[in-house]
Amino acid sequence: MALTFPFSAIVGQDDMKLAIVLTAIDPTIGGVLVFGDRGTGKSTAVRALAALLPKMRAVKGCRYGCDPDAARCPDCLAATSGKARASELVGVPVVDLPLGATEDRVVGALDLERALSQGVKAFEPGLLARANRGYLYIDEVNLLEDHLVDLLIDVAASGENVVEREGLSVRHPARFVLIGSGNPEEGELRPQLLDRFGLSVEVKTPSTLEERVEVVKRRDAFEQDPQAFTEQWKKEDDKVRKGIVAGRKRLGDVHIPDSARSFAAQLCMSLGTDGLRGDLTLVRATRALAAWQGDKSVTQVHLQRVAPSALRHRLRRNPLDDAGSSTRVERALAELASAPQK
Amino acid sequence: MQGDAATIAALFAVDPAGLGGVALRAPAGAARDEWLTLLRTLLPADSPMRRVPLNTGDTALLGGLDLGATLQAGRPVALHGLLAQADGGVLVLAMAERMTVGAAARFGSVLDSGQVLLQRDGLDRVLPARVGLVALDEGADADEQLPASLAERLAFHLRMDGPAEDEESPAWSAQEVQAARQRVGQVQMAPASVQALCAAAMALGIDSLRASLFAARAARAAAALAGCNTVEEEHIAVAARLVLAPRATRLPPAPPEPLDEGPPEEETAPEPPTQNASELPDPPLEAPPEAPDDPKTEDSDEADSLAPDPQELAERVLEAAQAAIPAGLLASLKIGALQRAKSPTSGSAGAEQKNALRGRPVGARKGEPRAGQRINVLETLRAAAPWQRLRRSALPPAAASVRTPRIVVRKEDFHVTRFRQLGQTTTVFVVDASGSSALNRLAEAKGAVELLLADCYVRRDSVAVLAFRGKTAETLLPPTRSLARAKRSLAGLPGGGGTPLAHAIDGAAALAGQIRRKGETPIVVLLTDGKANIARDGSPGRGPAASDALAAAAQLRAMGVSALLVDTSPQPQSSAEHLAAAMGAQYLALPYGGAQSLNQAVRAVAGRN
Repeated sequence: MALTFPFSAIVGQDDMKLAIVLTAIDPTIGGVLVFGDRGTGKSTAVRALAALLPKMRAVKGCRYGCDPDAARCPDCLAATSGKARASELVGVPVVDLPLGATEDRVVGALDLERALSQGVKAFEPGLLARANRGYLYIDEVNLLEDHLVDLLIDVAASGENVVEREGLSVRHPARFVLIGSGNPEEGELRPQLLDRFGLSVEVKTPSTLEERVEVVKRRDAFEQDPQAFTEQWKKEDDKVRKGIVAGRKRLGDVHIPDSARSFAAQLCMSLGTDGLRGDLTLVRATRALAAWQGDKSVTQVHLQRVAPSALRHRLRRNPLDDAGSSTRVERALAELASAPQK
Repeated sequence: MQGDAATIAALFAVDPAGLGGVALRAPAGAARDEWLTLLRTLLPADSPMRRVPLNTGDTALLGGLDLGATLQAGRPVALHGLLAQADGGVLVLAMAERMTVGAAARFGSVLDSGQVLLQRDGLDRVLPARVGLVALDEGADADEQLPASLAERLAFHLRMDGPAEDEESPAWSAQEVQAARQRVGQVQMAPASVQALCAAAMALGIDSLRASLFAARAARAAAALAGCNTVEEEHIAVAARLVLAPRATRLPPAPPEPLDEGPPEEETAPEPPTQNASELPDPPLEAPPEAPDDPKTEDSDEADSLAPDPQELAERVLEAAQAAIPAGLLASLKIGALQRAKSPTSGSAGAEQKNALRGRPVGARKGEPRAGQRINVLETLRAAAPWQRLRRSALPPAAASVRTPRIVVRKEDFHVTRFRQLGQTTTVFVVDASGSSALNRLAEAKGAVELLLADCYVRRDSVAVLAFRGKTAETLLPPTRSLARAKRSLAGLPGGGGTPLAHAIDGAAALAGQIRRKGETPIVVLLTDGKANIARDGSPGRGPAASDALAAAAQLRAMGVSALLVDTSPQPQSSAEHLAAAMGAQYLALPYGGAQSLNQAVRAVAGRN
């Protein structure tokens, strides 16, 4: 596999990097939506993720990458008869869903090869199966065909892919962190799909000359000699990886005081976000942030750091309000923070 | 052959994949062909150079199942698409200005990653595709442009307008290019050079970092071409001139002389690097490295559509009106359009028929491919697959001895691809920004349009905005799906001036015709008080203006475009109602603050349909 640009070598874009790290610490946060200007390294960051993440244990040879302790895919269920199956360490899958993909490859379909040559009716898992326990990345997510979006919306919410086609009837786990990137100028996302993303970040082109020069320099160095460049940044990447592992360990022990919960709830109420998912995501992301930073307890500082990411895409679109969603979240944060706590 | 054009061809030939490609804006003709021939001779003889027609399907582009080979071999055989076939070479995209954003995104991801991710028809491959693109852009006016996402990924934006000039220019031979291809990997580049290119890009108001990256690569290629092992100042100058200058969105703050061939517009109107550009003393390098005082807050592509006059800025009225337009309004218009299309007018009948066989594939259904329906090979094979053993054994022995077919496909296996019948809808908003409207209701009309826009957004339709005031109507926003852009173009809409209603309707009709030629369904929503006072010839006067408007309306009606007229005057006018009747439009009065009654009115209109 070709080398990818190292995660830690990405200049700036702290919001985006933080959001990605948080979902790595706590995948239940949901996905990350990265929207922004062209040429800001959106795809680069996501593709760097595969090299960054710590390996995971999976059932050996399982096409769905099942967790040995909770193997629930049809293959594993059929094979398990009491005895445990061998397991191995595998890289966390970061699966690309290209725009031209057809439905049969996304959800899985009849294995044509075996059907034609052997006359066997077998299920060939698709991208959703491969992304199980990992990441599903869609570049230009706003240009994805509507019928694929429909599929994703359903699977992303249920964590299970149900295939009913060509006489096959298969259901398999498909829990993945959805990562989408795109440019809002080219079209927008359906609210239902937006809702499936836990965090959303807006990326902008770096505005200072130093940053811009640094970006070009590093990119240039990488393209000239990918191997040496990756080697050079290995230490930094290792640091991030260790931080993620440590964060995962600490996650369960992070205390969330009631005051923080009520602050989060008040914030969601004052912004009028739809449903409770925003509230839930906000609390989870805050906890992950505390774990990442090594704090024992969630504080308002953490909340304020992640609130824009967790909520900005959940605001009901108000065509009459010109202020950007981020501004609205920040405004509400400021109002709440200044108000006396009950 | 212009000097820069030849240089671009040579640089591109040195590093096609690294530089992404060339956006070649030129009419079809000798100059363009000459340039392409030059490029062909400069590229290695064995490297592929393929032409890609517009609207090439995903299977041809990315790859898919090879029907013939699959049937013969009895197992799935992959067909590599054009992108993979052109690995190491160049693809020439014909009529790229008409390319959809979806297609542009496919090319873009291949340019970014250098490979094709094939996830189609049961195939799962990663194919190398290190290609460079030449996007042929024959756009006649500023509205026809390459998709921005594609133009962004092509290092060079070359424009060839006039006839080819016979001028002695430093031409390179294929051998020199070949030598440079070997050398380009070793060319060293000093940090100061990178710094200079970035500073230049910033001073020219180029936001995207890709431009700087491309400039760096172009500088390397230039150095390699000149036989140097390090990038020198002259190479940076070439890169800045060829890569950065055409993307400039503003003049560098200093020195004042350079780039005097007219203000380089933003990327939507790339200024060609012409001869006098080549004489530039490399202005970007001398430009002060710090950013100009104000950070760039607006995107480049809005700058031209608004072109805000300082005084007009004050006119910007975006007072959100509470004019509630029910969500279903546009949907009911759509129904009206479908009904009208059934009437045997020649134009729309053709459009509808075409739609049945094109558009977005939405799965397959059982049936034989007839009347132009396309067979869905994969589904057909899938349907046949489980029966193979049975069918083979059932074959008559005589036939089996002659030649056993690898796959026995029967008539009942055939599946055809279904396409979505309903074409995409594009709603053209025609907004009256004249003095009479501005005084009364412009802000509210804007609010109403935004609500309708939100409605369009939910249904993923495109919108276009046309505004009219003074003596003309202008397209503020060509058809787009971006609500953000539509909102911005409305927000910057100044008011005041006469009411050239006839112009507005003519403009709307022209735009609707364009949209229809693209295979989409136009809907015209006209917001006006109906008080026309500028005639077609630009002369003031209510009488001729009104009759011209009625004539234009009749033409719109003849086109069979479904329309809605929203009367924005404080008291509903009979003139607007007459106009609506002439257009064959639904008429809707937007009485002052009467959101509730409006609601009811629309329900009544919708109910009548």
